Amino acid sequence: MMLSAAEWDAIRISLQVSGSAVAWIIVPGIALAWLMARRDFPGKSLLDGMLHLPLVLPPVVVGYLLLIALGRRGFIGQWLDQTFDIQLPFTWQGAAVAAGVMAFPLLVRSVRLSLEAVDTQLEAAASTLGASRWRVFRTITLPLTLPGLLTGAVLAFARALSEFGATITFASNIPGETRTLPLALYTLIQTPGAEDAAARLCVLSIAIAMASLMMSEWLARRARQRLRGRDDG
Amino acid sequence: MTDKPLSANGLQIRIDHCPGNFHLHTQLTLPADGVTALFGVSGSGKTSLLRLIAGLDRPDSGVICLGDDCLVDTHTGAFLPPHKRRLGVVFQEARLFPHYRVRGNLTYGMPRPDTDRFASIVELLGIDQLLDRFPATLSGGEARRVAIGRALLSEPRMLLMDEPLTGLDGPRKQELLDFILRLTREIAIPILYVSHDPEELTAIADHLVLMREGRVLANGPLDDLLMRFDLTSELGGFDAASVIEADVAAQDVDYGLTQLALNDGQRLTIPAVDADIGERLRLRIPVRDVALALAPHVGSSYRNQLQATITDTAVLPNNPTAIEVRLQLGSQSLRARLTRKSFEEMALDPGQTVTVLVKTVAFALRR
Repeated sequence: MMLSAAEWDAIRISLQVSGSAVAWIIVPGIALAWLMARRDFPGKSLLDGMLHLPLVLPPVVVGYLLLIALGRRGFIGQWLDQTFDIQLPFTWQGAAVAAGVMAFPLLVRSVRLSLEAVDTQLEAAASTLGASRWRVFRTITLPLTLPGLLTGAVLAFARALSEFGATITFASNIPGETRTLPLALYTLIQTPGAEDAAARLCVLSIAIAMASLMMSEWLARRARQRLRGRDDG
Repeated sequence: MTDKPLSANGLQIRIDHCPGNFHLHTQLTLPADGVTALFGVSGSGKTSLLRLIAGLDRPDSGVICLGDDCLVDTHTGAFLPPHKRRLGVVFQEARLFPHYRVRGNLTYGMPRPDTDRFASIVELLGIDQLLDRFPATLSGGEARRVAIGRALLSEPRMLLMDEPLTGLDGPRKQELLDFILRLTREIAIPILYVSHDPEELTAIADHLVLMREGRVLANGPLDDLLMRFDLTSELGGFDAASVIEADVAAQDVDYGLTQLALNDGQRLTIPAVDADIGERLRLRIPVRDVALALAPHVGSSYRNQLQATITDTAVLPNNPTAIEVRLQLGSQSLRARLTRKSFEEMALDPGQTVTVLVKTVAFALRR
């Protein structure tokens, strides 16, 4: 299957945007999942609801909110612009922010479930062996959460790949900059006589999504096997 | 309450703790050496107390100090987190880390690499064959041994063991108990041992804290508490036993017997024990397996006949047909349980010297 330069661009941008999206949400995702799984605090259910908003809101709304907050005149965007000379709208970094926000709840959910399944008695045992809380987290909690973390990361990656509404609203549809696979496909569908090209991108999207899901399964299975203590790791 | 002098680095506990509907109210001083058993039925507060000492829970109010080191004091707000307490804990379940091999579990708490210490503890617990295995592949007894090794290697100031034999079947239980006894002989570390099994207790403890409903019922050297009539039902009831010590005097290979010398020179014969001459054994003698005779029995199959003096007697309220007898055997004490009928027919009295016939002797290796 021969791909045009524009199509290659779309693939590259998609992988770059989705990869960056997962990269920036992974640490805050783990932190928030830990907070939700292990701590009780006032406003917890409100925070939980807000965390899930991107799953239920129309993506365009999320994109619009991002534009208000992070646009050049937005309250955070203005500060980013003036202090660090960073502009997010209409850039691939902006697309990564939008994709990350949309994928965030999936990551947090998966990590949280996994954290809740970790036996806290193992953590207590580790602390009696002299391990500080940070060391307990690093050496016991996190490794035991790994299957859920991997699954969550791949799910988030797949969600970021398929992101459309928030991206087009916040980062627009700029060829070579923010035109990801779904955006490129949308553009082709709008273009008369580009049915073949659209079909190619469609197949490509399915292939990438399937590959990432299968990889997630494989990684999670390997991690689970290691935790169960098979001698093949 | 205690009559044994305690060194300054013992454990001082004064706690008022009310988790849910259970009230733990204890004031205790524990010795800084040997094995102290925290004993009581389940629900008496043993495990809660152990968790407070380890720092896994905070008391509602009270103080726990190890020597001069204050672990928690609710009045000053001081609280030393568990990882700074340097107390090794062996939990009821082994709680090994599933993603580390046995070697990784063992070294997890080591404050610094120490190959000699590692090797000696691995050897002591007989786990050298297991080092490259994952915990999921270990048997219950093996996992417990690894857990004990892991706690010891963290170089704790004290070892807290929460019913480490729970859930093991007979032979494995005995095997692990033997390992723990070896450990108490070879490693100088104070141990707090939580148990609800009187037999386990008589095998291992030097000092005993008896708990009931969150309170301390009695606290003292094991031998003293075992001699107390009023604690009989707590300490085994029907299966109550005395503990005496004796040295291996001779081995009779032909008959498969071991001869022991009590500290007043009297001899006891027990089924062969693999022990060196001169080694000290701790013997557990169930009170109902001790019979008394007015004169030495001739032509009896009872091999063990000892001379002892009756010190006092009591009839326990829950068993009015039996009479509990305390005997002086050299400097050691021994208890017997007779029917009241035979006691009266024999016209026994405190101060009288009698022949003690010992039917069975359970023994446990000790320093």
